[in-house]
Amino acid sequence: MRYLLLIYTNPTTRPSLTKEQNDALSNDYWTFTKEITASGEMVGGEALTGVDTASTVRVRDGKAGITDGPFAETKEHLAGYYLVDVKDLDRALELAAKIPDVAFGSVEVRPIMDMGDAADASM
Amino acid sequence: MSERTRDPEPVEQLLREHAPRALGALVRRYRNFEYTEDAMQEAVLSAWQTWSASGVPGNPTGWLVTAARHRLFDRLQHEDRRLDKELAAWSPPPTTSALDDELTPLDDDELRLIFMCCHPALADEPRVALTLRAVGGLTTTEIAQAFLVPEATMAQRIVRAKRKIVAAGISFDLPAEESLLRRTEAVLQVVYLIFNAGYANTRGSDVVRVDLCHEAIRLGRLLHALLPADSTVAALLALMLLHDGRRIGRADAAGRLVPLAAQDRALWNREQIAEGVRLVEQVLIDGPVGRYQIQAAIAAVHAEAATAAETDWPQILALYGILEQLMPGPLVALNRAVPVAEVNGPQAGLDILDALTTHPDAATLGHRLPAARGHLLERLGRLEEAAAAYRKAAALCPSVAELRYLETRLHAVDADLRGAE
Repeated sequence: MRYLLLIYTNPTTRPSLTKEQNDALSNDYWTFTKEITASGEMVGGEALTGVDTASTVRVRDGKAGITDGPFAETKEHLAGYYLVDVKDLDRALELAAKIPDVAFGSVEVRPIMDMGDAADASM
Repeated sequence: MSERTRDPEPVEQLLREHAPRALGALVRRYRNFEYTEDAMQEAVLSAWQTWSASGVPGNPTGWLVTAARHRLFDRLQHEDRRLDKELAAWSPPPTTSALDDELTPLDDDELRLIFMCCHPALADEPRVALTLRAVGGLTTTEIAQAFLVPEATMAQRIVRAKRKIVAAGISFDLPAEESLLRRTEAVLQVVYLIFNAGYANTRGSDVVRVDLCHEAIRLGRLLHALLPADSTVAALLALMLLHDGRRIGRADAAGRLVPLAAQDRALWNREQIAEGVRLVEQVLIDGPVGRYQIQAAIAAVHAEAATAAETDWPQILALYGILEQLMPGPLVALNRAVPVAEVNGPQAGLDILDALTTHPDAATLGHRLPAARGHLLERLGRLEEAAAAYRKAAALCPSVAELRYLETRLHAVDADLRGAE
């Protein structure tokens, strides 16, 4: 089953890291990515730039509105993701717990909808 | 032996025993928990009618598996949409009622079912409801009654939980070795939640048919039979047996709570207590020391005292010392104040409680903290403060039985105060 592992971090609560710590964190990400690539579970994944670079689009009454940044009240924001293909939820949860940023923020585990089941999910 | 009985009670018991086994075999074979569970519910209804009217079949589990499997395929054929990939894989539908080897129930099917229903990715309420239905064999109506919620609410809860199991990919496989402890802990948590829901709702006059304490004990026995080497499972079973064995003494004829010291010990279920004590002795010899082991040991020491005065308080105090290290927090600290007061005097107990009043989580203790303070203040002869504490406790108390008891204490203290004037 495929799962999206959404990495949420909160810049205000994440401790400011020294250069060494930052390097260590990057190194941990590199190791993790290498592991799940070697096991064949990695489908994809990217890190995102900060929310200050984001734009949010909404279309209301046919008019597109663009706002700078995401919702103002959002404290935790999406920092990156992995798309994995694993045996079951237990394995997805196990991988989520190994993502380095889980120590500061949180990782949401979302099953990818099988489009053949779309009728089910809308019930 | 094609017919065994026409008595409806044993039919119901048989169904509750065999339906979870049959469901386990079906889920292992066909994987889709939502569909198989629906099909099993229908099979159980039809078994109830058929077996009550014309007798119990020789192989009740096999009968249920066959009936549910037919319903499953009926549903698939009538559903106007693409077959689920997994379900399509086991077409064509069965043409005979003979079971293939894969549908013969295995010993660990029920265990897998329990792990699945108690998965920590589900919230407590759905886990509890689903476990009682799929593993405990209760109907949605019975579960709704036991938890005092509308049937529609309970049905919705169960449907959502079943969908999440399927959609989130919670598997029917036994947990991997490295996560077995955590997953077992999650199962025990569900069983203990069920027990505590029953224990908190103990009301002598109730006509609720399902006793959640007994359901929890039944699940505990099943788990203990499936995981005989797990001493934490044995400890939780012991703890429940010991608490339940003393339950009948907890309320008087007027529905008023009777504190342990004043209970009529002749009312206790001695047989059940003896079983609990035996289990405790075994787990304390064999196994690691965890919260359930220590809580059960404390309950055993209480239960073994022939009278309240003969309670081995120093031993209970020592056990609470261990428990506080295992599960630090204000509730255990509050409970420890009781043996402290017995061993070192009421003032020593009160010192602990007074320190707790400024604990950041003091509010989570609710009425328990002022009620316990009231007791010790009363024993110290500080009657006005005791009355104030009892009043505060009564204002916060959610349980009618306990409220009645607190009012009795308050009247007694007030009478003493007037007598002293």
